[in-house]
Amino acid sequence: MVIAVALDKDPEDARPWIEAAHPTHPSLIDTEFRLADLYHMVNVPTILWIDEQGRIIRPNDVAFGDDRFRRVTGLDSVRHLAMLRAWVRGDSPGLTAPQVRAWQRLPTTTEQRARAEFGLAKWLFDQGRTEAAGRHFVLAGELAPHDFTIRRGSMRMQGLDPMGPEFRQMSKDWAAAGHRYYLPLPDTAGQNGE
Amino acid sequence: MSEQPFVIIDDGRPIEVSIHVDAGRVYVPASAASALGWALKPEGLCWGDVCVPLPPGMLEARGLDLARAADALCRPLAVDLGEAAAYLGASVDERCRALASLDAPDFTLPDLAGRLHSLRDQRGRKVMLVAYASW
Repeated sequence: MVIAVALDKDPEDARPWIEAAHPTHPSLIDTEFRLADLYHMVNVPTILWIDEQGRIIRPNDVAFGDDRFRRVTGLDSVRHLAMLRAWVRGDSPGLTAPQVRAWQRLPTTTEQRARAEFGLAKWLFDQGRTEAAGRHFVLAGELAPHDFTIRRGSMRMQGLDPMGPEFRQMSKDWAAAGHRYYLPLPDTAGQNGE
Repeated sequence: MSEQPFVIIDDGRPIEVSIHVDAGRVYVPASAASALGWALKPEGLCWGDVCVPLPPGMLEARGLDLARAADALCRPLAVDLGEAAAYLGASVDERCRALASLDAPDFTLPDLAGRLHSLRDQRGRKVMLVAYASW
């Protein structure tokens, strides 16, 4: 069972994607970015596998359903899909608990501070106080520069286009500083990832 | 010193309180503290099962120093005095313990029709949770 969650400030932002997909699975909207906080997600897409007992079998990973973005992301869809099918069919048990823990990235105190600033910013934005919201979105991004659910996720709320020149500059600067934009797990990344 | 209206968003839950501001610091009187689920006991400041001793300067006549109390509870605090609002986030301990337990944190969110769905509704099935966005 897939549960798809859009980290979007407004259901209408997610609607075109949901309607195009005609999903038979739950397709939910997380306007407060609650999942990013609970699961320590720092970008989208983020994928987790959860077993029948509600246990995390595979922690935060990056994978796409197909290869249309492969040139940009450097990520092959086939590896994750093959592992997923094997797990769903019962051919593979997924990762062991020690492996999951080894591959989990847990939040730091500073990252939780960033989430508090983001939470305040989002509340202010919801109240229509966009200028004040903007100040706290910027603060949040400074505290957690690697967290694109904050830095890119807040762009529309700051009147910026998340596909536009500010984002392109942000990602250029990020790469120039030697950082990766996507953080796939080692076995998803395989040879094409880093 | 008069009380001012203020909103404290407690891990996503907005709570309207009356507080005092002095020299740029927010003081939470007893009524506001109890709205946050905080209690002052002989053991100190208690929130749920957690009690922390009251360090000097945290409790004054005008109330609990909000920033010092948040610090004592290890919870991150974002404040905007001009907007009369503050956000009290989850502690890193709380988030780390939950994730390291490997029990997937439950959540309840709406679909486009407004129907609510929870992760725990899927017990008994394998789930692939995918977070994506229009950005």
